[in-house]
Amino acid sequence: MRVMVFAKATEASATDGPPSPEALEAFAAMDRFIEELVKAGVFVAGAGLKNGAEAKRIVLDGTRRTVIDGPFAETRELIAGFSIWEVKDMDEALAWAKRAPNPAAGQKSEMEIRPFYEAADLAEFVTPEELAAPRDGERGKLGVA
Amino acid sequence: MPAGDSNQAATHHAIEATFRIERARLIAGLARMVRNVDRAEELAQDALVVALSEWPRIGVPDNPGAWLMAIAKRRAIDGFRRDKMRERKHQEIARSQDENADGAAAIEAALDDDLGDELLGLIFTACHPILSPDARAALTLKVVGGLTTDEIARAFLSSETAIAQRIVRAKKAIAKARLKFEVPRGAERVARLPSVLEVIYLIFNEGYAATAGDDLVRPGLCLEAQRLGRILAGLMPEDAEVFGLLALMEIQASRHNARTGPDGAVIPLTEQDRARWDHLLIRRGLDALARAEVLGGDGFYVLQAALAACHARARRAADTDWSRIAALYDRLRAVAPSPVVDLNRAIAHSMAFGPDAGLRLLDEIADADTLRDYAPLPAARGDFLFRAGRLAEARSAFAAAASLTRNARERAFLLARAAACEGKP
Repeated sequence: MRVMVFAKATEASATDGPPSPEALEAFAAMDRFIEELVKAGVFVAGAGLKNGAEAKRIVLDGTRRTVIDGPFAETRELIAGFSIWEVKDMDEALAWAKRAPNPAAGQKSEMEIRPFYEAADLAEFVTPEELAAPRDGERGKLGVA
Repeated sequence: MPAGDSNQAATHHAIEATFRIERARLIAGLARMVRNVDRAEELAQDALVVALSEWPRIGVPDNPGAWLMAIAKRRAIDGFRRDKMRERKHQEIARSQDENADGAAAIEAALDDDLGDELLGLIFTACHPILSPDARAALTLKVVGGLTTDEIARAFLSSETAIAQRIVRAKKAIAKARLKFEVPRGAERVARLPSVLEVIYLIFNEGYAATAGDDLVRPGLCLEAQRLGRILAGLMPEDAEVFGLLALMEIQASRHNARTGPDGAVIPLTEQDRARWDHLLIRRGLDALARAEVLGGDGFYVLQAALAACHARARRAADTDWSRIAALYDRLRAVAPSPVVDLNRAIAHSMAFGPDAGLRLLDEIADADTLRDYAPLPAARGDFLFRAGRLAEARSAFAAAASLTRNARERAFLLARAAACEGKP
């Protein structure tokens, strides 16, 4: 199964400026962790995201679209990075996630693991014909049904 | 279930998941030490049992792999001591153990240094050419992939007994040949790598051949093969063919969702809905191929991957770079000559340079024994003739192809094409 692993932003990751020595050490630790994931054949893709100041939110309200420029107030809801892992089950994903280095040394930070929808999950409410029917195609692109 | 029990079950799941991550490397290290796959598996299993009783109390250690290995090695040494028959080996291991004042620390250091190498040694041993490809596949799935015998049997549409026997025989053959679980070096490595790649690709194809109604374990083989390919690429970052195989599997797997219709019929590559291709896997495949090409790869898997990439890069079937495909088939024919490659080469040339070019190449291979009664040959000829406007000849070629195929759906398709030749003025 595929999971997406989100790293939530911390106060430190949401701040601008040159990275501190601690941050550089944290990057290096993360590189070593990703290397382990790659060697285990688990790592599929991943990226770090720029902080909230560079983000835009689009509010869809009926037919109206409103754009809100970052930065946003609640840092902890922001996603600082993500990666996609191929694992056997959620237990394996958890076992790996627990090995991840803490990007905010000495502080609290959060990760979230979300399994992808797969064909088997959709089978209950989508017929095989619908699954196979051509559609705009965007759903197929990340390997979801 | 009382809360305590479900907590305990959750803890056990977590420990088993950690164990699964470490298992292959653990077995690899142990197998090199005891020179016996069975014994290595037992020792690893013993270490899990100890972890299940200790970790709930002490917590998961910082380096669980080293912890498990230390336990298993201690067990191995105890086993040697009990076993008088292995007195010599006992001394060897006891000596190396004595040399290390702090065994666990030394083992930990060895883990950091060497484990990749040991895992690679296990892969090369399980895929040793003294074993048949089927035996290699079963053993690799068992000891490297961590699949159960039952899962392997279901995946290969075989019985559990048959697979278990195959694995037992493979282990015996390895013991009899006194294989050392080492990574071959130099020329021997070059000579043995194909038998590793062959097995991973065999596992992949077995999964790829599965149809929608099949047991989920079967398509799961593709994921397992891709994982093995990715591991191998991590362990052998300088080998072009390893990246070629990885690229080939990633790109083929990217078409998984698009290659069958709602009725289960196989949809040909050129007619698939390309929006349903997995673009993440295509990206990975193209990256792996780029790596292989940087390494100067021009072997069987790199060329196959390059062919797959030509299709993956084309947003629409009409955008396919057929002249590049034709050139790649020219090279593939030199590396891995086969009548089927010749046929595909003729098709590629017909798409790139017109039907007459295809017909010329078909004439060269028309007498090949292996292609006698091979329906795709007259089917291709029919297609070239049709496109060249030679409808009467095309019709009889399609009819010949229809009479050769055993697949009802294919026969209907070919008869329809034959009929279409008459419909035209």
